[in-house]
Amino acid sequence: MKEYQTITEISGPLVFVETDEPVGYDDIVEIELSDGETRRGQVLESASDYVAIQVFEGTEGIDRDASVRFLGETMKMPVTEDLLGRVMDGTGQPIDGGPEIVPDERRDIVGEAINPFSREYPEEFIQTGVSAIDGMNTLVRGQKLPIFSASGLPHNDLALQIARQATVPEEEEEGDDDEGSEFAVIFGAMGITAEEANEFMDDFERTGALERSVVFMNLADDPAVERTITPRLALTTAEYLAFEKDYHVLVILTDMTNYCEALREIGAAREEVPGRRGYPGYMYTDLAQLYERAGRIEGREGSVTQLPILTMPGDDDTHPIPDLTGYITEGQIYIDRDLNSQGIQPPINVLPSLSRLMDDGIGEGLTRADHADVKDQIFAAYAEGEDLRDLVNIVGREALSELDNKYLDFADRFEEEFVDQGTDTARSIDETLELGWDLLSMLPKDALNRIDEDLIEEHYREDETAETVEAEA
Amino acid sequence: MSQATDTDVREDGIIESVSGPVVTARDLDARMNDVVYVGSEGLMGEVIEIEGNITTIQVYEETSGVSPGEPVEGTGSPLSVDLGPGMLDAIYDGVQRPLDVLEEKMGSAFLDRGVDAPGIDLEKTWEFTPEVDEGDEVEAGDIVGTVPETPSIDHKVMVPPDSEGGEVVAIESGNFNVEETVVELDNGEEIQMHQEWPVRQQRPTVEKETPTEPLISGQRVLDGLFPIAKGGTAAIPGPFGSGKTVTQHQLAKWADADIVVYVGCGERGNEMTEVIEDFPELEDPTTGNALMDRTCLIANTSNMPVAARESCVYTGITIAEYFRDMGYDVALMADSTSRWAEAMREISSRLEEMPGEEGYPAYLSARLSEFYERAGYFENINGTEGSVSVIGAVSPPGGDFSEPVTQNTLRIVKTFWALDADLAERRHFPSINWNESYSLYRDQLDPWFEDNVRADWPETRQWAIDTLDEEAELQEIVQLVGKDALPEDQQLTLEIARYLREAWLQQNAFHDVDTFCEPEKTYRIMDAAKTYNDAAFEALDAGVPVEEITDIDAAPRLNRIGVQEDYNEYIDDLEDDIESQLRELY
Repeated sequence: MKEYQTITEISGPLVFVETDEPVGYDDIVEIELSDGETRRGQVLESASDYVAIQVFEGTEGIDRDASVRFLGETMKMPVTEDLLGRVMDGTGQPIDGGPEIVPDERRDIVGEAINPFSREYPEEFIQTGVSAIDGMNTLVRGQKLPIFSASGLPHNDLALQIARQATVPEEEEEGDDDEGSEFAVIFGAMGITAEEANEFMDDFERTGALERSVVFMNLADDPAVERTITPRLALTTAEYLAFEKDYHVLVILTDMTNYCEALREIGAAREEVPGRRGYPGYMYTDLAQLYERAGRIEGREGSVTQLPILTMPGDDDTHPIPDLTGYITEGQIYIDRDLNSQGIQPPINVLPSLSRLMDDGIGEGLTRADHADVKDQIFAAYAEGEDLRDLVNIVGREALSELDNKYLDFADRFEEEFVDQGTDTARSIDETLELGWDLLSMLPKDALNRIDEDLIEEHYREDETAETVEAEA
Repeated sequence: MSQATDTDVREDGIIESVSGPVVTARDLDARMNDVVYVGSEGLMGEVIEIEGNITTIQVYEETSGVSPGEPVEGTGSPLSVDLGPGMLDAIYDGVQRPLDVLEEKMGSAFLDRGVDAPGIDLEKTWEFTPEVDEGDEVEAGDIVGTVPETPSIDHKVMVPPDSEGGEVVAIESGNFNVEETVVELDNGEEIQMHQEWPVRQQRPTVEKETPTEPLISGQRVLDGLFPIAKGGTAAIPGPFGSGKTVTQHQLAKWADADIVVYVGCGERGNEMTEVIEDFPELEDPTTGNALMDRTCLIANTSNMPVAARESCVYTGITIAEYFRDMGYDVALMADSTSRWAEAMREISSRLEEMPGEEGYPAYLSARLSEFYERAGYFENINGTEGSVSVIGAVSPPGGDFSEPVTQNTLRIVKTFWALDADLAERRHFPSINWNESYSLYRDQLDPWFEDNVRADWPETRQWAIDTLDEEAELQEIVQLVGKDALPEDQQLTLEIARYLREAWLQQNAFHDVDTFCEPEKTYRIMDAAKTYNDAAFEALDAGVPVEEITDIDAAPRLNRIGVQEDYNEYIDDLEDDIESQLRELY
């Protein structure tokens, strides 16, 4: 291992070093400062006579006398089942004072793409206990479903609620099967505040979830560049647990916006040609390399399900970060500011939310035969009600027909009863769907054109309409 | 690391620098677009720039750990695909490496590096039946024999387009692998079932003709309002979640093409898996065989190397052209061309080229036109006629259609299916906006619909368009004053238009029956709405209040036609009921 003291330029998070031997692209570098402190970095560009290095812990205090060592390998994550229950910093060093980690294996953190031919299509329903998700935008094992939120909204509460409540119904029925796979949560925090971090850690400890979790913490005051490796460490650990140790892993990544900011910072320091809003042109590829690490593999028990959280700058979902994310992930859950101010918990706006893998994960044998139809009808009726709200502001309720008034009531009750459930209530899918029928029965039968006639006969509450009609009369 | 580093890479040049997928090499003697093998692992790449002694290469695989000083080997030939029997029912990555073979060779579910595999199985034998005799003269492109490739498709073995042709002196019949000679010509040329063709070069044809036949998609809104021709081009732009991929999948499943080439360019891995799992189980509506028997899949998911994403659309269209040369109608779906354009942008920015609009390279428009122009209805050089229809999904950032990829695409394609986030939000699927979309093929395809479906197809369709247009105008007023403030005839039009939207334009891709709708059924649903319209206006003229007209219980049954298998009988009854119930009102 050769040591160089030939730093030529230090700029932002980058260090340029003259070399006389070839250095591998992406290789890991150690930089020793004159006071003995060691920083780590990664080769971003390798030419025959110089390399560009991105320093994870920041370049503060580095001078041209610092010595640079190339380790001759790419960044690796030591993985073992013993990681469960441990808390690490953003570069994978334990910070919980626990014993040293003895790895089973050291894995490349970049990860290789799963061969699409080897994937298994995700279709196992995960019950999150949240009606707006289970009923309307169902999550399945192996899916990547981001939460689109914004500053000041309770996305963390929702993420925690899901992490706490998520079950797969078959598990409940069979009880704790020794043969079955276990559930694990991997939490990758990028640039969150110490307070938010405490909120997560307290909840993990309170509910005992920490035992089955691996936590990676890069806080807001940690170096930004470090954030680019935190999710990769988390996902490498997730893949190991899922595909070697048969765990069903739920990966929560928060906040992807901070991750993208870090990418932009590095891009700017390298004087790259910027893409939209200054983010690098390769951000789509970079994000895809994270998000696509969710999934199932044929012949393996485990699965990696991703729940990335991102805060949309200015609540704008056309901003490059949510936009590129939406194009890669299999749907999205929107947290809505208006619903939040109405006190709806969790404030999920189901209309723009979507789960692309839903259609194959629901129905007879998976959830319930009427699930798809009920979902379609609720969407249509709620959208109708939403539209009418604008109109009511202008013409008033009296000017609307009886049916239109029912749609308005439906929209209100949908938000207050179906979406609003509090952060501690877990509803089973049966409860969710029955609640859906309670609401749909406000509408006359022939307005339910998305539902199969037999299902209407089976589930429609006859008295419900009578009640509302009377009430109106 | 790689288990497949058994290949020794010849040292034709030396790596000078590495930056992501872009590698420069010194002293490499290569031509533009030649394929090269990079580094001691032999990663596949392509020459994209030559400047003095330095050659720039885009590498189709991940370059972590590759360092300057490692060797680069030139192959002396451009990026080509292997053509021959065995391409149907296959699934490839962006440079035509079969993914199932890769899985086996790598022994892992993850894609390793430095593993190469031919696009078609070189060992497998196929039953070759000659179509020419000894003594016959053959020219470039001529069909010399057939191979039953799948139950649906007979693969035609052709004289390669760059051959000189000549007299057949020997021809074999029986089982051969693709590399064995089946025909020998008098000039000593030997013809095998296997041929190669550079992907960036169009396969030759005699001439491009005006398409007159529709590519029936089984989707009412497309066939009914915005049809695409066999040999036509279409673009499907839409923000995320608006249903691009579902529409593309529906077309791949139900379009009445002989061959479907599906290019997943920067797509989600799980979506490709869905195709791989679904298609073998689905039935081709025209032949009754498995859908995979006519399908070739190219899957370069978003996390696979970016350079291979750039090349995957070319791989796809070259395969499509090869089948076209046999006289088949081929449909190519590219999902999504924006990812392809972004791959160009990414490579371009690493080359530090001067960027054009929004950072895309200045040649974006030229590349898009080149690609779409490879579609068309052609007379092939062997005298057969075949077509390549291209349907490209576009993913505009933020759903904004004014961005460069959408705009440059719209300048070339003749059919525009605009996906609409608002429709998708209210779960109106397929969420194709009928006011914004267009098809410039409508007039040239009308004669076909008149001859093959109903003579009054164009008139009935025009009625539907007018009704929907009027609805759009009336809706603006309704937004301000409410529906009840409108005159009765306009209220009725709104009601009819609603049925057109719900019963005709909406279609459930996940319903066994509704997923495919033949042109006859498309016509009948539209016509049933018109029957209601005509009878209702008669009743209105006779003084029946509009509430009573819209309240008849037969009308909502319109919305259930889509899911009826025996729709003829159902519609007959329904039309009778509508007319008699309205009759009773006056």
